[in-house]
Amino acid sequence: MTADLRADRVTKSFGGVLALDGCSLTAPAGQITGLIGPNGSGKTTLFNVMTGYERIDAGQVYLGARRITGASPHRVFALGVGRTFQLTRIFPRLTVLENMLVPAQRGRPARPHRERALELLAFTGIADHARELAGTLSYGQRKLLELAYILVADPAVVLLDEPAGGVNPSLIHHIADRISELNKAGQTFLIVEHNMEFVMGLCHQVTVLDSGTVVASGPPEVIRTDPRVLDAYLGTGTDDDD
Amino acid sequence: MTAGQAKSIRAGTGPADQLRERWLAPCGLAVLLVFVAVFPLLFPNPTATNFGVVTLIFVAVAAAWNIFSGFSGYLSLGHAVFYGTGAYFLVVAARDWNLTGAAVFWLVPLGGVAAAIIAVPLGLVALRVRRHTFVVITIAFFFIAQLSASNLGITGGSSGLLVPVPTSWNPATYNNPFYYLAMLLAAATVALSWLVRRSRFGLQLRAIRDDEDRAAGLGVRAMPVKLTALVVSGFITGMAGALWVYFIGEAFPQFVFDPLFDLAVVLMAFFGGLGTVAGPVRGALVLEPTQLYLNLQQANGYESEILFGVLFLAVILFLPRGVLPTAAEYVTAARARLRRGGWPGRTGASQAQAPPPAADNPAGTPAAGSAP
Repeated sequence: MTADLRADRVTKSFGGVLALDGCSLTAPAGQITGLIGPNGSGKTTLFNVMTGYERIDAGQVYLGARRITGASPHRVFALGVGRTFQLTRIFPRLTVLENMLVPAQRGRPARPHRERALELLAFTGIADHARELAGTLSYGQRKLLELAYILVADPAVVLLDEPAGGVNPSLIHHIADRISELNKAGQTFLIVEHNMEFVMGLCHQVTVLDSGTVVASGPPEVIRTDPRVLDAYLGTGTDDDD
Repeated sequence: MTAGQAKSIRAGTGPADQLRERWLAPCGLAVLLVFVAVFPLLFPNPTATNFGVVTLIFVAVAAAWNIFSGFSGYLSLGHAVFYGTGAYFLVVAARDWNLTGAAVFWLVPLGGVAAAIIAVPLGLVALRVRRHTFVVITIAFFFIAQLSASNLGITGGSSGLLVPVPTSWNPATYNNPFYYLAMLLAAATVALSWLVRRSRFGLQLRAIRDDEDRAAGLGVRAMPVKLTALVVSGFITGMAGALWVYFIGEAFPQFVFDPLFDLAVVLMAFFGGLGTVAGPVRGALVLEPTQLYLNLQQANGYESEILFGVLFLAVILFLPRGVLPTAAEYVTAARARLRRGGWPGRTGASQAQAPPPAADNPAGTPAAGSAP
């Protein structure tokens, strides 16, 4: 199952600070969409409002044709949107395999679910740690575990918040390969990431946020040279070239 | 991964755990059950069986408290509300329905139902908040219950109520029916705790304990899960309270709703190992007889309470994972050190065979090494 995930003119403020200002974004089904922008541009806030972790002030969020605005996190997940966090959030006192079993969908038989969990652990390369407490995993392995336990419930769209952040280079390539492989099988991704090489090499479309507003959107090769992006994100607009 | 490999991996069980789970734990449990079952025959003295009844009641209560608080991480200091509700229900129902003798025992499960009903609104309010705020709210509920019992006519106010004691029973074996019912309740509660610990429901509770928001983001409906655990826990605690009050024969607000009750139960769970099945049982089996013995030996009962207060502080501050689990870890570590000291060649060989850290991972963390 896969579907578009769409934010339509989403606005969110915290007190007097406008974090998202009429932000619109689409993660098309079957594609990898990158979401970039400077720190504080509203990327994680957008993730939070799309997945029910923050209440939305205005605008709508759609999964396919279904409106999921204001749905609680467990409801959003049940509808098919899974997400990871910038700082990994695993269950440290559960074993790695138990972590994988938490997102089991109700009514699904336990044994096939367990086998699927073990397959995904093998796919992400951490099956050897299945019996260990998740709290003993390295940071990179936690990232992989987060990805694996999102996938176990077979979500329509996966939102990854900085999957390469704080991870050693060899593991970054491993994570990118896994994402790419899943995408080839039809999985839709929306990825927040600061590692430009990672984003530009992996994503089909890239959207750039600045001050809670979308300033550019398009294929990586276009975004890479867009003067508005260079100015907003890299702080090196065309004027700097002089 | 092959099916065989998949089958060989079981959540949370290494080879040592599997050995313990398959043989040592069941054997130990069987021995304990047999001993508990024959205890009144081995020690027919009423003082000993009195110790046994109260200890088994606390085994049930500590295990029930752990089903909610130990697994979910929501530390309740208001379980005396359920205990007292079950107790007062039995006393009032026995009086109003003119029940005496063994017929009163049928009120024990109903006392549990009364406590479970009370747990629903209590949970709907208290479980909206977390951590310290939750603890404070449970304490507030406790005082509301105690003040209500001290002032309401139905509970006899501060004068309390007396339970119709079965006078026709043989004094020499008077404690035995209470003992075996307490044993049944304790065994059933521990079995339920074991089932919950291994179930998907228990996994959700433990996920909530680790990170409730993350669990919600993975489809766990936190509120119904927490509330169900609280109601189950309250039901058992209410049954324990009902059995206890029939055993002691009187219900006074300051004893039925006793603030030290919750501290004792929490201490038992922490002492034996919070969030484990065996931990609260171990804690209750060690601490309750000790307290009863000290109360018996000391003219002043407050001395044992001071001692337990100090123990409570020491456990929470220095051994929050539990005295017995920490001691077991020390023993395991000491054994490992002895083994290393005893077979230096073997240790050296294993070190020599260990692969060097990856070039991009000089610290040798397993991340890079494990990735294909």
